Amino acid sequence: MALTFWHSTLGKKIVMGTTGLIMIGYLCAHLLGNMKIFFGPGEFNAYGHWLRVMGAPVLHHEWGLWIARLVLLAAVVLHAVSAYQLSRRDIKARPQKYVHTKPRMSYATRTMRWGGVILGLFIVWHILDLTTGTTHSGGFQEGHPYQNVVDTFSTWYGNAIYIVAMLAMGMHVRHGFWSAAQTLGAGNRTRDRGLKAIANALAIVLTAGFISIPVGVMTGVVS
Amino acid sequence: MKLTLRVWRQKNPDTPGAMAVYELDGVSEDMSFLEMLDILNEELIVKGEEPVAFDHDCREGICGACSLVINGAAHGPERTTTCQLHMRSFQDGDTIDIEPWRASAFPVIKDLVVDRSAFDRVIQAGGYITAPTGAAPEAHATPVPKADAEFAFEHAECIGCGACVAACPNGAAMLFTSAKVNHLNVLPQGSPERETRVLDMVAQMDAEGFGGCTLAGECATACPKGIPLFSITAMNKEWLRATRKVKR
Ligand code: HEM
Ligand code: FES
Repeated sequence: MALTFWHSTLGKKIVMGTTGLIMIGYLCAHLLGNMKIFFGPGEFNAYGHWLRVMGAPVLHHEWGLWIARLVLLAAVVLHAVSAYQLSRRDIKARPQKYVHTKPRMSYATRTMRWGGVILGLFIVWHILDLTTGTTHSGGFQEGHPYQNVVDTFSTWYGNAIYIVAMLAMGMHVRHGFWSAAQTLGAGNRTRDRGLKAIANALAIVLTAGFISIPVGVMTGVVS
Repeated sequence: MKLTLRVWRQKNPDTPGAMAVYELDGVSEDMSFLEMLDILNEELIVKGEEPVAFDHDCREGICGACSLVINGAAHGPERTTTCQLHMRSFQDGDTIDIEPWRASAFPVIKDLVVDRSAFDRVIQAGGYITAPTGAAPEAHATPVPKADAEFAFEHAECIGCGACVAACPNGAAMLFTSAKVNHLNVLPQGSPERETRVLDMVAQMDAEGFGGCTLAGECATACPKGIPLFSITAMNKEWLRATRKVKR
């Protein structure tokens, strides 16, 4: 059964849609949490600490965080593997291009694959930068996320990578949310305007929300 | 009208093809696109050249035999079949590119003719009902709710021409398969095979080497019968439902 699912193009696409929606849900929660940065280091660092005691007293220290990390890791891996396998298949199914071509699909639709690759690379960099501190610019301090964020966005490349990735994320979410609704069989004629509006709103709010943080650091609102 | 035609010529499946250029004069804007190609072929025959092979049958827009990607669009610039496309949709002096459907599941046989038997095998996998047939049953014997009848009719319009596959950037047959699945699955006559139909037809579609859906929407734009993109959404829903009901 699970194999029938995974071996079907429809099943794989459903895996991609479901994991995509899980990640969008995570992004919404992540954005809400990150907005605390505008209320000063005390509040932001306390939020960072709470993430580690999330679910207490039921969950042991950091268990909640690790459960979330594992779910997200599984989602990213399943999403990327199905995207890769389906893309390979799609390219093979249409080996010869038309001599007469004109781009007709929307920009967001055409950039799903490369946009996805950018997001994948961004996720790796983002974790190395602000979670493990491996590639962090100025002396990474465990337990002081506020200062770490300010350091990252005090470098031009930190801002550049982050802003480009967030624009790519917005595009990906715009086509992705609506697509996932179709893949999971939830779309129809009457709901379409609503679904497109939600997709656009999600894309704009997530992109603008995340970009407000480097802009905040650049303008000195966050320092 | 005077036209420059750039036509895909390919001797057989194993020989690589190329675009050939032909000048054609005296085309009337009242001619259909296929009549225009007939004129070209008559000229080629007179000159002792091989005529351009292309598929056609009814020339009324109902059989699904005609194909052709015209200036990069399946069935050309109007929402209709190539046989119902008229030369008034073009301008005097135009250059028109004519190519076959492109998909690895639709190999070129010759010139503009492709092998669409993959569609037949998708139909064989489940695009039928198993009720015994005979004389046409009394129309009111099986009541069908109006909304269901409309839904079935909308999907029954599919003529299986393959424009959806030709237009899809992934060479996917989702719109064709969904039209056939939805047409039968919504009706009482089709309900005994409701689950196996969608599972088997989708499995056959995959086995034929068609690509997957990325919701680009090109298929629905190209469809001469206006099968909506939501047809695919409805099939996805049927497929999900069937995977829960049928243990395989
Ligand atoms: C690891 C990096 C990623 C890669 C390689 C990737 C790649 C892709 C690809 C190729 C598609 C299919 C595009 C199409 O059908 O046209 C897709 C769809 C999607 N992606 Fe991603 N993506 C990635 C990360 C993300 C993230 C972080 C999110 C969450 C915001 C996300 C959400 C979605 C959604 C919701 C869909 C729609 C699925 C569907 O069509 O049913 N993706 N992704
Ligand atoms: S020839 Fe029959 S539909 Fe065009």
